[in-house]
Amino acid sequence: MFHRESGVFKTSYAADMALYPLPIAKWAVAALAGLFIVIVPLALDEYYVSILDLILIAIVGALGLNILVGYTGQISIGHGAFMSVGAYTAANLVVHLGAPFWVTIPAGGLMAALVGAVVGIPSLRIKGIYLAIATLAAQLIIEWTINHVPAISGGVQASIQVPRPSLFGTPLESQTQLYLFLMAFAVLAIVGTSNLARSRVGRAFIAVRDQDIAAEIIGISIFRYKLWAFAISSFYAGVTGVLYTYYLGIANYEQFQITVSIDYLAMIIIGGLGSVLGSIFGAAFVTLLPIVTRWFLESFGAFIFSQADLANIIPNLRLILFGSLIIFFLVVEPEGLNRLWRNVRNYFRVWPFSY
Amino acid sequence: MGAQPEVQLAVSSVSKHFGGVRAVEGIGLSVRCGELISIIGPNGAGKTSFLNMISGFYRPDTGSIMFEGRDITGERPSRIAALGIARTFQNIALFSGMTVLDNIMLGRHVRMKAGVLSSFIYWGLAQKEEVTNRARVEELVEFLELEDLRKQPTSGLAYGLRKRVELARALALDPKLLLLDEPMGGMNQEEKEDMARFILDVNQQWGTTIILIEHDMAVVMDISDRVAVLDRGRKIADGSPGEVQGNADVIRAYLGTAKDRQEVAAA
Ligand SMILES: Nc1ncnc2c1ncn2[C@@H]1O[C@H](COP(=O)(O)OP(=O)(O)OP(=O)(O)O)[C@@H](O)[C@H]1O
Ligand SMILES: [Mg+2]
Repeated sequence: MFHRESGVFKTSYAADMALYPLPIAKWAVAALAGLFIVIVPLALDEYYVSILDLILIAIVGALGLNILVGYTGQISIGHGAFMSVGAYTAANLVVHLGAPFWVTIPAGGLMAALVGAVVGIPSLRIKGIYLAIATLAAQLIIEWTINHVPAISGGVQASIQVPRPSLFGTPLESQTQLYLFLMAFAVLAIVGTSNLARSRVGRAFIAVRDQDIAAEIIGISIFRYKLWAFAISSFYAGVTGVLYTYYLGIANYEQFQITVSIDYLAMIIIGGLGSVLGSIFGAAFVTLLPIVTRWFLESFGAFIFSQADLANIIPNLRLILFGSLIIFFLVVEPEGLNRLWRNVRNYFRVWPFSY
Repeated sequence: MGAQPEVQLAVSSVSKHFGGVRAVEGIGLSVRCGELISIIGPNGAGKTSFLNMISGFYRPDTGSIMFEGRDITGERPSRIAALGIARTFQNIALFSGMTVLDNIMLGRHVRMKAGVLSSFIYWGLAQKEEVTNRARVEELVEFLELEDLRKQPTSGLAYGLRKRVELARALALDPKLLLLDEPMGGMNQEEKEDMARFILDVNQQWGTTIILIEHDMAVVMDISDRVAVLDRGRKIADGSPGEVQGNADVIRAYLGTAKDRQEVAAA
């Protein structure tokens, strides 16, 4: 397992603060990396790799939202819109200037960060449900703006075709190539977020979330860090939007509507608020759930329902499942799947001395 | 006695009213570098409100506050902390979900530099900074005898220990001026003695200026260089412990009961 703690003593502060404090965890991580980077893309069918692509994209977005909601204790129902800001920024850069991905991805992120920070300004005055409504308003305003300003949306059906990114002059054609490309960004986001969480800025975020008066008194400007949280979180969202646009080959505002904002909230609530691993679990779970239920119903539902009924049931079932899962996790296991995973892990942690 | 050390904090006639309540009414106080000054007074006298104005939680209605020659009246608390003024609260404000170590590490915030980008990258600047600051935190852990509790969440600690962790977090800022609001409130005699010793050590070893609010007369008279007495928002006395104990106004306003008079006499 990942953690076998018995008999390991830390001899320096650096070791005590390492991401993986136990030597065996490094090997486990290396094995996982080998599995996902080499074996999975070789072994799996294109179709399954394309699903993994979606998960990798979702991981970036979920980590970003978790920085804002899980770590800093703010809320956003506007992340779908922040993704669209990244998507259209990149699409316009590609179409008008032929910009490469290493320009469009940071540019999309920065533009979204700017918009997100502006949307975050009310968070200095309002909290909870009122902030939720303010960000919801931002979602709708951004959607409307993109849809009605042809200069942004490209006019026809508010969508812009975008070719696949190229690496060393060759476009990434296959799902597997795209998978490795997306994997690089997911890994960067995972490592970066873990680093952020364990150093000065991350601690300040958690301080703002837990006790704002105490945070101010030790010199943490609540004003500054709330805005930073919105900006960083929206940067991730913008990057997610660009990656998704490359994946689909088209920037389209319909891909970033309010249901997307809700999906991402579902990911971090189900996966675990304020947890990197939880964001990964949640991204995988929420991406897979509708695919699995659809497959299940299409395979077995035909025995009970007519085809017409099935076409109705499938999209609604998705909403019902998400709704009930969110409520379940909020009420029963606020720490999400990450907690369930930890319970399993802790059992093995000191195994076989589990007294 | 040689040259007087310079004035570090100069509060001139600050007032704070809440509706009809005159919480603080024209109080002035000047504190020299390295001084340990206590503020006493009955409940509701305005002691906490006075500290809140120094640390920026309340903006004074009138008057001004100068720290090291610089006007800090009405600045944000985080700005004031960054200037080197640390604070503990009457009713403990710790990050209860975090460990003792993380709480104290947070106290280092203004002494650290890593921004968003270097925190994201971590290896290099941020890591180096974490290690050096962790070393400073360990010194404080040792000083306040918190070694066994390092990795415990503060929510589970006994009241007296939480007060001690809060002091450690304030000290982590390497403050030039330390404001303590009833650091011994709710403690038993033994815990009080420990805390009094820590406060004296901070004052004498590191030369930190301290403003202390405390109800325990014996402790106040024992460790303070100077005592200021508040009553109903006004300052009614300010002097050495001996002077204050003999002041007729003080005896009338604050030490009116026979029990209190005995306490003072015993001190
Ligand atoms: N935020 C506030 N809003 C309204 N009234 C306040 C506020 N803060 C303080 N007061 C009032 O100001 C007066 C002084 O309160 P303060 O807390 O400063 O007294 P104190 O000397 O610290 O008392 P104690 O010894 O009980 O801690 C009290 O009457 C209190 O009710
Ligand atoms: Mg008080």
